[in-house]
Amino acid sequence: MKKLLVLGAGTAGTMVVNKMRRILDPDEWMISVVDQEETHYYQPGFLFIPFGIYGKRDVIRSRREYIVPGVEMIMAGIDAIQPDQDKVRLKDGRVLSYDLLVIATGARVDPSETEGLMDVGWRRDIFDFYTPDGSLALARKLRTWEGGRLVVNVAEMPIKCPVAPLEFLFLADHFFHKRNMRHKVELVYVTPLDGAFTSPRASVLLGDILGRKDIEVVTEFNIGSVDFDSRLIRSWDEREEGYDLLVSIPVNKGSGVIQRSDMGDELDFVPTDPHTLLSKEHDNIFVVGDATDLPSSKAGSVAHFQVDVLQENILRWIDGLGLLPEFDGHANCFIESGFGKGILIDFNYEMEPLPGKFPLPGAGPFSLLEETRMNHWGKMMFRWVYWNMLLPGAELPLEAQMSMAGKRR
Amino acid sequence: MPTETIAGHTIELDANGFMTDAAAWNREIALEMAARVGIELTDKHWKVIEFCRKDAKEKGVAPGLRRITKNAGVSMRDMYQLFPKGPGKLAALVSGLPKPKSCV
Ligand SMILES: Cc1cc2nc3c(=O)[nH]c(=O)nc-3n(C[C@H](O)[C@H](O)[C@H](O)COP(=O)(O)OP(=O)(O)OC[C@H]3O[C@@H](n4cnc5c(N)ncnc54)[C@H](O)[C@@H]3O)c2cc1C
Repeated sequence: MKKLLVLGAGTAGTMVVNKMRRILDPDEWMISVVDQEETHYYQPGFLFIPFGIYGKRDVIRSRREYIVPGVEMIMAGIDAIQPDQDKVRLKDGRVLSYDLLVIATGARVDPSETEGLMDVGWRRDIFDFYTPDGSLALARKLRTWEGGRLVVNVAEMPIKCPVAPLEFLFLADHFFHKRNMRHKVELVYVTPLDGAFTSPRASVLLGDILGRKDIEVVTEFNIGSVDFDSRLIRSWDEREEGYDLLVSIPVNKGSGVIQRSDMGDELDFVPTDPHTLLSKEHDNIFVVGDATDLPSSKAGSVAHFQVDVLQENILRWIDGLGLLPEFDGHANCFIESGFGKGILIDFNYEMEPLPGKFPLPGAGPFSLLEETRMNHWGKMMFRWVYWNMLLPGAELPLEAQMSMAGKRR
Repeated sequence: MPTETIAGHTIELDANGFMTDAAAWNREIALEMAARVGIELTDKHWKVIEFCRKDAKEKGVAPGLRRITKNAGVSMRDMYQLFPKGPGKLAALVSGLPKPKSCV
């Protein structure tokens, strides 16, 4: 019996085992997946929690329930990978062996990377919304906050879902309007990038929306420390921004297991072939989802497109065929823009987000790079799609590769 | 592509003033590129430049700031002293490398 071992049963790992169990012969391949937590979180939902749009129950499910029968689910922390021996050591001392390994251990925030972030201010005037606890604590804070200068700061790129901080600001604008206190709140976006977003056309559109909503943007700000006593953040080049409420997107890193196994780059992301998803260093290890060092967005939709390519390449790997270089960096993201509207962007490694229409059999078309109500519904529908189609590994009417159909240059 | 004469060599630069051909770089060019942005190169600068060149050759892309501080034996604070106003970009510029990409 051969062994396929998957590390991490989050968005990507769950899709991988569910799809592969259907394809691989159970008499030949045993499939196991390891995760440390019983609860599966719908992370895109964390964005809505601070504003009371979602509660805790909307974003959690039992992890085991989403793993198909025939896959062994191991609940344990992973201590380290030993790629030279084809083994994985668990924190409880067990040792697992594998013929083929898939790393899907995701990314996490590490606030301890920024000096002063976790001092006395943490969860008093300083919050994050990238963790379930953080978003819930921020929801409590916002219920009684009386206004002032709200600064959203991205510590360093890359981060998961790079549009989430902008969505947070758009929703905050809407939230304070509804509470008749928008005039008491200054909204400020402090980013290390040189514009609202990385790609030029989306940056212009998002920059316009920020301006229209009276949200101040401070660019090229690389945070060095937080000064809690004076309530300000300081950049490495000695610029300062004061805050009354700081919403931080702390440094994002790969899982600790990658660091302990000495398999990652400077942020513990695993060097990965950008098109085949094979590890650059080990020829029986694939890497998928947020755990890779690829310049594609760290998003659930991207993980989905990667898994389509990965599934094919696992089969080719088993049959000793050459791997297909088919992953093109495709990402498809709904951006919530407040007041019941949203924007859709669709892009890949080469092609920046373009305007036009995005055809989707059964539901679309959605407008690209444009604010519409339909796109807002697309975003809200995503939660249903996530639990009911994405995780079970159902076929979605979406091509893994980006298509130019409907797009205008 | 615009060209410019730097330290007696005709050098091709991109729209942002970064060299398009890392192989055309030499130490004199680095000195002059640095002088143009007001930096006088010290041994510590050279340590960073050497790391950047070696790493870019191996990886095919200019290293980002965090990668430099993790591997070249300089701290983040050092980098801001050595290359004030954008150490990531300036280290690449002086090393004759393309502008480091920020991730999407
Ligand atoms: C606030 C926010 C908003 C977002 N919005 C969107 C959006 O609108 N659209 C979108 O497509 N994406 C969005 N995302 C991103 C999306 O959630 C992630 O890209 C996606 O979940 C990545 O899947 P993954 O499987 O790579 O990682 P994860 O789903 O994070 O799974 C990694 C798993 O590995 C496990 N693990 C890690 N280390 C260990 C260890 N040592 N031992 C045992 N288990 C371990 C973890 O417990 C986890 O279950 C958002 C993310 C955040 C935080």
